[in-house]
Amino acid sequence: MEIQVLFSLPLIIASFFAVFMPVFDAILKKNKQIIFLFTLLNFLLVIVADIFIFASPEFFTGVLKSGLENSDFGKFLSDAVSLGGYTSFFDLLFAIAGILTLFAAKDYLKKESYELKEFYSLVSFSFAGMLFIAHANNLLILFLGIELMSISFFVLSGFFRNNILSIEASLKYFILGAFATGFLIFGFAMLYGATGSLELKVIAQKISFNQVTPIYFALAIGLIFVGLAFKASTFPFHQWAPDVYTGAPTVVTGFMSTAGKTAAFAAFIVITKAIFLSNLVIDNATVNPPVIAITRNSREILAIIAALTMLVGNITALMQTNVKRMLAFSSVAHAGYILLGIVSNNSNGWSGIVFYAFAYVFMQIGAFVIVSLIEKENGSNLNLSDYNGLSKSHPFLSASMAIFMFSLVGLPPFAGFFGKYYLFLSVIQSGYLWLALVAVIASIISIYFYIGLIINMYFKEKEGEPLTVQCKTSGISIILSLIGVIFLGIFPSLLMNPLLNLFK
Amino acid sequence: MNNIPLEYYIALSGILFTIGTLGVILRRNAIIVFMSLEIMLNSVNLAFISFARYLGDTSGEIFVFFVMAVAAAESAIGLAIILALFRKKQTIYVDEVNVLKH
Repeated sequence: MEIQVLFSLPLIIASFFAVFMPVFDAILKKNKQIIFLFTLLNFLLVIVADIFIFASPEFFTGVLKSGLENSDFGKFLSDAVSLGGYTSFFDLLFAIAGILTLFAAKDYLKKESYELKEFYSLVSFSFAGMLFIAHANNLLILFLGIELMSISFFVLSGFFRNNILSIEASLKYFILGAFATGFLIFGFAMLYGATGSLELKVIAQKISFNQVTPIYFALAIGLIFVGLAFKASTFPFHQWAPDVYTGAPTVVTGFMSTAGKTAAFAAFIVITKAIFLSNLVIDNATVNPPVIAITRNSREILAIIAALTMLVGNITALMQTNVKRMLAFSSVAHAGYILLGIVSNNSNGWSGIVFYAFAYVFMQIGAFVIVSLIEKENGSNLNLSDYNGLSKSHPFLSASMAIFMFSLVGLPPFAGFFGKYYLFLSVIQSGYLWLALVAVIASIISIYFYIGLIINMYFKEKEGEPLTVQCKTSGISIILSLIGVIFLGIFPSLLMNPLLNLFK
Repeated sequence: MNNIPLEYYIALSGILFTIGTLGVILRRNAIIVFMSLEIMLNSVNLAFISFARYLGDTSGEIFVFFVMAVAAAESAIGLAIILALFRKKQTIYVDEVNVLKH
């Protein structure tokens, strides 16, 4: 029992802070510093709990224990969350993304004079939602987690409530996000109808014994993938992403496009682990019942979507002049890379996704923190030409930006290289060689605009006066991101080996 | 009730869902878009309830309560966003909000 309490500590801590943060807000009326420290404490406690979980001897033997099996919570929620195992790595990932965002947000909100304490509550809510997505073992918990995260993001993207760009981003995100939710839960309803249960374990069993109604099952897969593709901004449902990511406050964009996207892919993993038959079953099947045909076809479709997402994201990013918009399109392309892990549908693919998500959090949030520092009030100073000559006036910022860009391209020895390497390898191993080739071509296209920014910073002269940058706490985020990008690039196996063990 | 086959309910919920989807795609008034989103969520509720009834399982009905609660939270946020938009731009037509298009 004690080990189950330890394993569920991250969820307990995150829920506690999410629930009580508005209360703290009310008690500590004007003191933003303490609210900031509380939120930081939330993330740090989750990280500490995770370190204890990693150190516990049951971590590798008792993977994915369900917490409430023998308790009095009743039959319905007896198997609602899965604990330990790879989900703990997701906790760690979201907490790191939260810390990086928090330090950058303090500077940025002060600069834009929007330092309201509600920001910290909203970040805590979305953090709790993300944890519940990663831990979900029941369609209801998955739905609640996705909604908790999305609704907080709708508000966060409209956080500059007197800025029309921010409001527009919020409106677009709200309409399309709620639209996607409709598809997602209609898919859940169909899955419930096809299998007769909301528990993912039971659903997986029913599917592997071929006890499902094929028509509802096919509808369920289609609708759920449309919903999740919206949330993860993959082609052809990516059009909202550039608008929302450009209009939202820059630190929020950093948080949404990394942690939010990773959470969407965590939902993808949770769902596809249950509803996709493993490769072994498909290969050994002599007959071709409808369920196997549906699974095989939907993986083919996902492969095509992944290829198009990578190409469309990178090619559109070539034409952008606004840095935030360019990074937004590149984040669409990165969603395509991560989708490769779902297509390969084995332990290599899933652990590749988690590794890539770690690398992506460090490099993308790092890049967005620098963009937020360069940005001036009301969203000006965001063009590529505004970065001209940055290496002369701010050598540290431009050097870190260059490292993040190299990592986003996927050059060794940075984390992005190994992330791409593991994902491409997994997709080749499961027999999609053409997809890996497309991914390599897409990465080559992406070199042009990432390196273009570096050329602007290092080889072009700035006209007019050099800009002043106020960097206090943001420096911590940049340095942490740099450490992450370089550390994961030099010692990738430290993260990859435990992941491969856990997904087996 | 038992004389009506399950497919009828699911077909009705599919039709409602399609009406909602078309409303979101075709209408430009933010309030109408908003109502269409609610129709989509309610069609999901109908599907859940009829599946739960025919499977003899209560968990689908429990899900519906959560969907309703989330829909209420979503409407609160949505109306607040529309209000903020109206204060700034004096319009609630979605196609007139296009500062971000490049």
